Parts: sequence; C-alpha cells; structure tokens
Amino acid sequence: MANLGPADYSPYPVATYDGILTPPEGKALLLTDIVDEEVAMREIARVMLTSENATIFPGPQVLYAWNEEAKKKATLIKEMAEVLNARMIPMYDYRPKYPKIDAAVEINPNHPNLTIWHNNIKACIFIGVHCHYANVALKIVRAETDCYTSAMCALSGHEDAMATIRDQHSEDLARFIKVAREVKQELGK
Amino acid sequence: MSIKNMTKEKNWSGQTMVSTDYLLFEAPREKHFMTGSEVLKEAMKRCTVDASVSYPITPQSEAAHLIGELWAEGYVGTYFRGENEFGVMSEVAGCAMAGARTVTTTSGPGTLRAMENFPMWSGTRIPCQLVLMARGINSPLTIQPDNLEVSFLLETGCMIWYAENVQELFDMSIAAFTVAEMPDVHVPIITAVDGFFVSHTRESVMLPADDIALFPYNPYKAPLPPIDSEMPPGRFLRDPFVMKSNYISYATHASWQWEVRSAVDRSRPYAKHFLNGLAHVTGDQDAEIVFVACGTASHQAKEANRELTKMGIKSKVVKLRTIRPFPHAELLEATKSAKYIFVPEFNIVGWLEKEVTQSLYGKSEAKVIGRPRVAGGMSMPVEAILKEVLENVEKGA
Repeated sequence: MANLGPADYSPYPVATYDGILTPPEGKALLLTDIVDEEVAMREIARVMLTSENATIFPGPQVLYAWNEEAKKKATLIKEMAEVLNARMIPMYDYRPKYPKIDAAVEINPNHPNLTIWHNNIKACIFIGVHCHYANVALKIVRAETDCYTSAMCALSGHEDAMATIRDQHSEDLARFIKVAREVKQELGK
Repeated sequence: MSIKNMTKEKNWSGQTMVSTDYLLFEAPREKHFMTGSEVLKEAMKRCTVDASVSYPITPQSEAAHLIGELWAEGYVGTYFRGENEFGVMSEVAGCAMAGARTVTTTSGPGTLRAMENFPMWSGTRIPCQLVLMARGINSPLTIQPDNLEVSFLLETGCMIWYAENVQELFDMSIAAFTVAEMPDVHVPIITAVDGFFVSHTRESVMLPADDIALFPYNPYKAPLPPIDSEMPPGRFLRDPFVMKSNYISYATHASWQWEVRSAVDRSRPYAKHFLNGLAHVTGDQDAEIVFVACGTASHQAKEANRELTKMGIKSKVVKLRTIRPFPHAELLEATKSAKYIFVPEFNIVGWLEKEVTQSLYGKSEAKVIGRPRVAGGMSMPVEAILKEVLENVEKGA
C-alpha cells in the first residue's frame, strides 16, 4: 500500500485536488506544468527510450476495427512500439477478471498495478483507453508503482498521468513517431 | 420526424444547429413574459434533446408535460412516462447510457423517492440533466421552496447549478448539457431553481429565435463506451462492475470515487465561461456585511442590499451559481472584506450555511450567521433579512 496521498485520507493521489486540471486545447501537461505539445512528446519519447521495460497499453478504441480512424491508429501504434523499443500489453476489456488476470499478457483498469509489478514496467503509454477507465487506472498506478505514466488521449487528456497530450488523432501519432525517431537518434538508442 | 432527417446543418426538427456560444451569447434575442416551466420548454426546444422521461406528479410544475408537448411538436426524440420517480430516474440512466441527450424534471418528495439513482448516474458518468424545481420534502408538504432536497443531492457526485430567475434557468439549462457532455467532465447535472417562485410565476425573459438549436450529443466522445449492442467495444465493455465488486480491489472503488469528484472539478473552467463566473457579486466591493446566497434568496438579499444602501450601510451579495463544484476560491475572494457573512435560506437546516462555513474555515475571520431561515412555505421578506443584519451588527458593535 502506498503512503497517504494528498486527497484526504485516500492513499490515491488525485491531481484535481491539487488544482491540476486537463490541459487547454493545443497544449499538453507535464506533471504540474502546461507545455507545448512537442515538449511533452519529446519528454514521453525520452522516458520511454530510457526506462526499463517500457510498455504501451492500447485500449479498446484502437484494438477493435470499429472505424477507419481506429484502423489507422492501430497501425501507427505498432510503429510507435518499434521506434520506442517498447512492448505492448493490451487493455481489451474493462470488466474485472475472474478469478484473476494473466498479468503477463493483459492489463485491466481494476488492478493495473498487478501487470506493472509483474512485468517490472518503469514507463508506459495509455492510448485508446476510454477516459474514465484510464483515469481510474492512472490513479492506482501512480499510487502503487514507480512507473512513469503517459497518456495520449483523443479527447481532453488525463491530469493523473505524469505526461498527457490531448486531441491525439492519427496525424498526431504520426507526428509523435517522427519526434520519437529524432529523440532516439539523439540518445543513440 | 426522426434522427434520419438530420443533416450536417439541420437537426431532425429542421432547426439550424449552432454552437453553444452562439446560442447563448451571440444570437439576437427578443423579450417574452413567461413562467419558469414555459421557459424550460423553450430552452429544451433549442437543445436537440433525444429523450425525456417524466412522472408529472401534481402539484409539481408544468415543466414535464410541456417537454411532452415538445415531443408532440417534433422537437424531442422520444418521451415517455415512468412508473414512478424511481422508475423515471432509472429510465433516464438507460437512455443516457445508450447515448441519448436526456432530460427530466422533478421536485420535492419525488426527488427522494428516486434518490438511489443519482449517485448511480454519476458513477456511470452519464451527462443527463435533471431540472430540479426545488420545493420541500417535509410534511406538511409545500409547493413553495424550502429546497431541502438540494442538501440530499450534494454528495451524489452530480454537478449542481442554481438559477435565480427564469432568465438564468433558460441560459443555465442550455449550458448545462454542453458542460456535462464535455468528455473530461461527463457527469450528470442538476439545474436547480426555487419551485413556485420561478416555476409558476411569470417574468420577463430574453430568448433567441426558436429555429436554432444545439448540435446533438456525440456519445462516442465520452469517457465510457456507450451501450451499443451492434458495435464493439460498447457491446461488452460496460458490464456493471458493481455486480462483481468482490473481484475488484479497494483501489478501484476509491479511485473511481475520486475520478467522479475530479470530473466535477474539471467542469470549473467550462462553467466559468458559460455562466460568466461561478459566483456573481453585486454591491459595495469593500463592504463588511456580505450576503452569500443562491436562488431566489439571493434576489431577496439584493433587495436587502438596496434597503441598507438607503440607510447608509454598505453591503454586498455573493450569489453562488454553482454548488457542485463549490466555488471555494470565488467565495474566499468575494468575502475578503467581510466582517459578517449572512446566509439567508428558505430551509430550516441551513445547508448552505454549512457549506459556506466549511469552505471558509481557517481562511476567514468573518462571523458566519446562518440567518434568516424561513423554514419553507413562505417567501423571504426583506424585512426579515434587515432585522437580522441590524440586530447582529448592533450586537457586534
């Protein structure tokens, strides 16, 4: 169990209780700072490229081919994983798992820390996860693990991630991949 | 009329769809003379509402049946009557989970009959709107407000806004959908007014033309998948998790609760924009006598402010427009000069006084006086407010 957090007696940190809200349109959030998107993209790429067992957690919105955008994103996320030398563990279902999840191959919003502990993941990206479940999971991950969390969101972003970029559509993912390639080259990875 | 009649520019009733900013701030307006119930009908007419469910118990207000007329006129997608208030609020949840922009109205004891549903609404992150024409819940019943039902709703996880008059009811109930449907907010909204004083009486109100309306709700821009039995991921992802609560961790329950509260907090900047601030201040900025109120009590406080000005006594009124989220920073700023804070209320318990006291605890040296309280069933005479002020200030001096 984590230490007591700032939100009353809950062990779970809640950014809004510290006055941190989702970033405004066109901006990103790095911990408590509102920054330009590219600054956040570079930092996410740097952390993913320099952390142990960096992992992308794709959610249902990009795992199922329910529209053309989802198909495009899925292809780009595979490319993103290659560029970041990251593995992928899917969050394909939000329902609690009975009797328990297989933490080696999946992550679930009701106990995301189990997957992070099991795989010793030190940096991750949430993408394509519906915002409510991402937020539930991000609070738990932040409290229970030392994993650096990033959220690339198609809607408004996630203040409980350590880095978040909002309004990320397929063209933005392509831009992120380009930035990640540059960072990779700079780091000599 | 059906959803199939929608085009990119026109909704199913042929209204031109416009942004909320245009509808609220830019569209030309004309003066009308209407009751609150009639005004709510006019607001919903301009909201491209998909569904409304009602249980129009007498003597509530005409609002629910007037929304029914909108369905008959082709403005509201579907409209039906629930078996009772509990049924109504459950059916509202079903409509909203399926992706419909949904509205209902209630008041008084019916609110309590439906009570179990309100925290369920917020826990499932549906952006429906309840227009609460606050009345009273005590026996003997009253159609005049003591607004005690609002206190029962405070910790349900729903946003609560409070309108003072018919104009605010019109503007708020339109903005309410827009803010509630923001993807990072996406919790239910309760738009409260004082029943009878606002719902049943006529006032002047400025309305834009009725051939414009909001764009429809897009349930695919939501923090949870809508229930869509045809398409994954919605097909199987919203299994009611509470049914398996023995298989989830404490962490999930706690994190989920914080997430709902965080969602309400995320509404602050949007509400600030559409409501022109979470609190409105009138009167002398440096006054030591401050009234903090909501709804029609703030109107009476403004009358008291005018009377006090005539007596040469400075005062100001802080009208709280949102109760959830509570405007802590705005209240603190507006009461910086205060020596006495009066919280006039219609109810007997003083729920707003408790909110104000808690919010200012350790931050303000002003004395919070939860008076007058008229205990429902009557109006709040300005004389009662003046009497409290003069007696307390004299004592303090």
